[in-house]
Amino acid sequence: MTEFDSNAPTTINLLTGFLGSGKTTLLQRLLHDPELAGAAVLINEFGEVGLDHHLLDRIDSNVVLMKSGCLCCTVRGEIADALLNLHSLRTRGEVPWFHRIIIETTGLADPYPVLSTIRAHPVLRSHFSAGNVVATLDAVNGHAQLATRQEALHQVAAADSIILTKTDLATADAVNDLKAMVRAINPTATVLDAATAGAGIIVDLSLAPERLLPAEFLSGSQGGISAHTQSVQSFSIVTDREIDWTVFGIWLTMLLHKHGDKVLRVKGILNIGEAKPVAVHGVQRLVHPPVHMSGWPDGDRRSKLVFIMQDLDPALVRRSFEVFHAGSRASEMQAVAIG
Amino acid sequence: MCSLCGILGCDDHWSSAVARDGVYSRNGDRLSRRREAAHREHMVNCILALRRLRLADWRGRAYVLSTATGKVRIFDSLSHLWPEAEALSGGSFDPLDPELLARLQAQS
Repeated sequence: MTEFDSNAPTTINLLTGFLGSGKTTLLQRLLHDPELAGAAVLINEFGEVGLDHHLLDRIDSNVVLMKSGCLCCTVRGEIADALLNLHSLRTRGEVPWFHRIIIETTGLADPYPVLSTIRAHPVLRSHFSAGNVVATLDAVNGHAQLATRQEALHQVAAADSIILTKTDLATADAVNDLKAMVRAINPTATVLDAATAGAGIIVDLSLAPERLLPAEFLSGSQGGISAHTQSVQSFSIVTDREIDWTVFGIWLTMLLHKHGDKVLRVKGILNIGEAKPVAVHGVQRLVHPPVHMSGWPDGDRRSKLVFIMQDLDPALVRRSFEVFHAGSRASEMQAVAIG
Repeated sequence: MCSLCGILGCDDHWSSAVARDGVYSRNGDRLSRRREAAHREHMVNCILALRRLRLADWRGRAYVLSTATGKVRIFDSLSHLWPEAEALSGGSFDPLDPELLARLQAQS
């Protein structure tokens, strides 16, 4: 039996995806994997009768059903209460020990408020940490949902892994079109077929460079723009300049303060003038604690940032980044001269 | 919590995180923390000066934001900085604002 560190923060994974995209079916299958032994499940149901939890009988003692509807508008307090309650029950030994919580959101939930609740709550942030976000996407209806539903778009943009479901019901061309669409929205996510997706999509928190950013960015891209629609674009900044970590923190905090609802995702590897790079990643206004990586992916020491943005001009973001970082160098020089 | 002033918790903004395993932070030791705080204060003040605001660190525990006319706001997390700065100055701090960018360029 695997031993877990009872003092380590409990990882919380989000399983999201639009209505009917196969979240519960996927979860049912994954929960039979030994890697997810010791995982508790929270389910947020949209509607009056919560049926899904009856399907998850294997972990029934740890299932807490939240019946108040959509996470993004009404359940922030409840999800905090549910997590605190689970933590309390575990501490008192009233439920079996668990080292991971998987939250299955409603099909209409934006993942951001849930992640934000975990990070911002003064007690939760001491006991829990956010893990991978997994989004299911229906191969038959995904195209239309991404084109017309903001919720589906936000779910895909926030995901670390995107699982295509019902691919056996769609033509190969339709699946390939959908994959291209997904990559245009979120080029940093891993895209897998539900039939081949294993527990690794939830468990793997590896910050290996190739997991953090896609190969084309790691192998020498100069930065660019990939458009899903006129309003949603993924956009990258690649620079060989050493980044001033302090200035980067100020700039990104300002940007997210004013435009966080339009920055659906940001991910990057930064050369901050130290021996190892720093990885940053965030969803809308939430930025996860930065990670000092174990090393560079290759000889390339450039800083690389990827944004998924909605209704923001990439050229303006790039200019702002450059002005702030050029200014930082000048200020440093000025400070040295005065001192 | 400080037993004298009753201030709860501490700043754990991502750009100045509490030092712990797996998280990049410059708050690992006293000197590094103070050097980083001084650098941040200087850089933030370059931007705040555009609207005649000034930020000061209060014993590494809180931030004091003040106007030229003496209005003051105190907060304990960097995440409050820009909302407080906008409330106090009545203006916007938008890093995409061409006017702000032009003034920063002129300043440097």
